[in-house]
Amino acid sequence: MAKSKSNHDFIERSVGWLIVLTLLTVSVGGLVEIVPLFFQKSTTMPIDRQGNQLNVKPYDPVRLVGRDIYVREGCYNCHSQMIRPFRAETERYGHYSVAGEFIYDRPFQWGSKRTGPDLQRVGGRYSDEWHRVHLNNPRDVVPESNMPAFPWLERPVKADDIEQKMQVLRTLGHPYSDEEIAGARAALEGKTEMEALIAYLQGLGTALSNFK
Amino acid sequence: MADFVSGFWNVYVMGLVALSLLFCLFVLMSNNKRETGPVELHGHVWDENLAEYNNPLPRWWLYLFWLTLVFAVVYLILYPGFGNAKGLLGWASVGQYETEIRKAEERYAPIFAKYQGMDVAAVAADPEARGMGQRLFVTYCAQCHGSDARGAKGFPNLTDKAWHWGGDPETIKATVTNGRIGVMPPLGPTLGAGGVKDVANYVRSLSGLAHDSLRAQRGAELFQQNCAACHGAEAKGMPAMGAPDLSDDAWLYGSSEATIMETVTKGRMNRMPGFGEFLGEAKVHLLTAYVYGLSNKPAQ
Repeated sequence: MAKSKSNHDFIERSVGWLIVLTLLTVSVGGLVEIVPLFFQKSTTMPIDRQGNQLNVKPYDPVRLVGRDIYVREGCYNCHSQMIRPFRAETERYGHYSVAGEFIYDRPFQWGSKRTGPDLQRVGGRYSDEWHRVHLNNPRDVVPESNMPAFPWLERPVKADDIEQKMQVLRTLGHPYSDEEIAGARAALEGKTEMEALIAYLQGLGTALSNFK
Repeated sequence: MADFVSGFWNVYVMGLVALSLLFCLFVLMSNNKRETGPVELHGHVWDENLAEYNNPLPRWWLYLFWLTLVFAVVYLILYPGFGNAKGLLGWASVGQYETEIRKAEERYAPIFAKYQGMDVAAVAADPEARGMGQRLFVTYCAQCHGSDARGAKGFPNLTDKAWHWGGDPETIKATVTNGRIGVMPPLGPTLGAGGVKDVANYVRSLSGLAHDSLRAQRGAELFQQNCAACHGAEAKGMPAMGAPDLSDDAWLYGSSEATIMETVTKGRMNRMPGFGEFLGEAKVHLLTAYVYGLSNKPAQ
């Protein structure tokens, strides 16, 4: 009893030890639950749970810019990109999400709030024209919608930092070739933000077949 | 299911889990003391005379802590979590999902099968099937065609008798399954601004809308040369190409002179995605019947 009291006393009175031991205690959860994920094939490679190859590629320049517009406009505040493995979700949205689909998402747009529907497999579900009309004014196609309109997207995309963005992503492991980076600005020539955003949306979730 | 890049991570997780459990055990044991004799003071003194008793931990609280340890061990034995161990119950989130799907399959498959065996007109006349069809419609189709199926500008109304591709059950089913791509080429360059206006006036005259009869007369000639190949000599449309009937009062984009001129000048490109792969035959069958029933009210 006396010994335990002195241990306690020692830790409480030594700020250095208190910091070190506290950090050690709170880091156990992360060390066990987060760190191993960086060393798991299904979370770091374009494969599904069974190890089958998924058709996941780094975003091309137009989609990459579209993705940044998605983030800028705060779409994630109302739309998740994470289909959970429940029947109610897969019936409506398609195959549940798997980790390998998000390896080129930095950061991922999983979100946790669904004022609007999940968008993980929205790619190909509607026509480009539908997206254009809907983003300009959602009420034109869905009278019940409470989504805000985004009419200002009909302006040219900002292309002057695209090479730098792609360089940074290449440093992080996205396999962009020199030609792709060199041709990025040309690919964005004449594109509007609307077109870039639609290109991004139309590519979402197409790595896994729609259902089953 | 863990698929680590090397066996080290399995050992790493097991080691850390075991270590933290043992550490908790050690901390609990070393604090497991009962009150014996007078309670001593911690030795800290604040504000001149505030001191703190070094009381033993409350029993109920200690027991709860013991319980969490037992829970952790039982959990790790039964469920996945201890490194690569799958757990005695063999539980996996995907297994739980597949069980849920299988149960739903067992429950709903006979209902779907019953309707799949009936022809579309008969399904459309069945109130229960119509209810199912409507729920499918508002989930998968309402975003474009509207929850009342009356469509929007550029998205067809499904409740009238006007069809771009045909309104018989087989065609509706083909449309839902494979989608449709409708293309009208831009005729602005060919016709010129005046020609476009003439054609627009002719088209308006076909459905009895206000028009300039002189322009309509000139437009009729241009129509025969440039538009009749798809819309037909009498402008009654051609379902095989998705070219609409221009003589009725159904308009996909609008009937004003300005809108028709825009359509003729720039052309139109419209696409409906296919839903066959996503929904499967049984649901497509129910949806077909629902859509068919919207404009073919069953005899009561």
